Amino acid sequence: MIVHVVVFTRSTPDTAAKVEVNSSGVVTWGDAATVVNPWDEYALEEAILQAKNAGGKATVIAIGPEFHNEALKHSLAMGLDEAARVWDAALVGADSLGYATAAAGAVKKLGDIDLVIFGKESVDVGTDQHIYQTARKLGWTMLSYVSKILAVDYNAKTIKVERLLEQGKQIVTSKLLAVISVMKDINEPRYPSFIGIRKASKAVIPEWSLADLGVSAPTAQTHVTGLMNPPAKNVQVEMLDGTPEEQAAKLVDRLLEEKVL
Amino acid sequence: MSAVYVWIETFKGKALNSSWEALGAGKTVAAGLNVPLTALVFGENAAAVAAEAGTYGADKALICEDATLNGFRLEPYAALLSKLVSDNQPKAVLAIGTARGRELLAASAADTNSGLITEALTLEAQADGTLKVYRPVYAGKILSEAVGSAAGTQFVSLRGRAFKANAVNAGAKADVSSVPAVLAEADIATKIESFEEEAGTVSLTDAAIIVSGGRAMANNPAEAPAGTADAAVWKAKDGFANVIQPLADTLGAAVGASRAAVDAGYISYAHQVGQTGKVVSPDLYIACGISGAIQHQAGMRTSKVIVAVNKDGEAPIFKLARYGLVGDLYKIVPALTAELKKRLGK
Repeated sequence: MIVHVVVFTRSTPDTAAKVEVNSSGVVTWGDAATVVNPWDEYALEEAILQAKNAGGKATVIAIGPEFHNEALKHSLAMGLDEAARVWDAALVGADSLGYATAAAGAVKKLGDIDLVIFGKESVDVGTDQHIYQTARKLGWTMLSYVSKILAVDYNAKTIKVERLLEQGKQIVTSKLLAVISVMKDINEPRYPSFIGIRKASKAVIPEWSLADLGVSAPTAQTHVTGLMNPPAKNVQVEMLDGTPEEQAAKLVDRLLEEKVL
Repeated sequence: MSAVYVWIETFKGKALNSSWEALGAGKTVAAGLNVPLTALVFGENAAAVAAEAGTYGADKALICEDATLNGFRLEPYAALLSKLVSDNQPKAVLAIGTARGRELLAASAADTNSGLITEALTLEAQADGTLKVYRPVYAGKILSEAVGSAAGTQFVSLRGRAFKANAVNAGAKADVSSVPAVLAEADIATKIESFEEEAGTVSLTDAAIIVSGGRAMANNPAEAPAGTADAAVWKAKDGFANVIQPLADTLGAAVGASRAAVDAGYISYAHQVGQTGKVVSPDLYIACGISGAIQHQAGMRTSKVIVAVNKDGEAPIFKLARYGLVGDLYKIVPALTAELKKRLGK
């Protein structure tokens, strides 16, 4: 049996891009490029490392319309072995239950998967709920906020990880199968190689419908009813001059007035 | 038995202060939906925490003190919450979106095929019984309005520090009931081996004040001891310990850092504020030697008052700041600490 790791990713607008809601109420980032969801770079690197260490393979999946192929091509260029994209008209307007159903369906379609990896969250939708829900839909153990994989044995089906929580670091052992979400600390993501980019540019990425996965989309239980640009914060910076001591005294005066101390 | 459930997160048998914010949000929603407010407390010391929840406005409490629930683990907590939701069909389940709160609500919402909205900045019960929320998307560049479905249980996780706790009423008591655990230890795949607590530090996400250091922490005038492999790293670490930390201690603040400082090895990743770190929203954010890259802004732009200390008066951080101090942080920060000690009588 060959070890097979699955990692999920998605395309998100470049962090520096100006993202706004246009007059039709649609989110737009103009001509700005999309990038791999920044947290996913660590997930992709970890999938490559896990597959390499175990002599296995790693598959990357995105759920969403065609522009998510850009994240998949970047992933292939980094060194992921295979890619697939899941999309279906029934997923338009889906909430995280829809995502999780599709993600779990894709993992099951691939067959004998040992480990599923996500980046900590998606910066576009601003959430991580789909990760935990994918684990529940698979019926697998969820290990979130993983900052280190300390040991993994794909034959004995055990894993030991370090997790980064608010109060400190936790060491946890668990049985596989598991879904893990990884933090920035876990590795140093590689840049795609020139050869990798050339290979990826020619790759044909299969698109799977929900019927291909043998699942149907659940009825969305939450709905986005409006998108808006946040009210402009009208901050006028006040520069405080003088010697460091004078600057400090002026600042303390202002902070006491603002009642934030 | 319809209700609004609020999960009270505990650590070592003590409630997190932010949990009372969730109870504050829950009180408004329960009143709007005309149902009781029920606190859920699992694990060690649950009975005592439930009594405390009563003083913070909970009408009822469901507690479970089973040994499998000592120290949060997703499997036993989610199994129990999912059973309570299936059995009792509450109108809503709320919790603060901490690391644990996020995954608990998501798991239980998936188990019960319920809707979940995360990172709520506002929460309102509408006349039709749906909950309406505003939440940030695209790293806070856009606000999204989302509503749940009144037919089922609506799960909502709340942004910390976005809601106010109810005033304490020392005489108020919650009607407490005990429920059994759902999973036995043998059914739980995860085992906690150890927990290394970061003692004595203020948690970034709960902090009312944050003092952060950036790349310029390396400009410390203190001399690295002879033979130090990387003088810049030594200087920056020394600066965090002996310049930033004293200011934070004086203010009761948490210590943050920019990605540049973390990536250079000046301070651990747990302190990183920004896109691939923590998102914070304190009353006061003091950025020391941080230029204010867009990735950093994504983590702190909703802070109430931002103070920037930077040598470069053109740094982007000054576009976000309410107060700007151009100069050397290694001169200004110690002066600020001294001034605060004097003025705050510390």
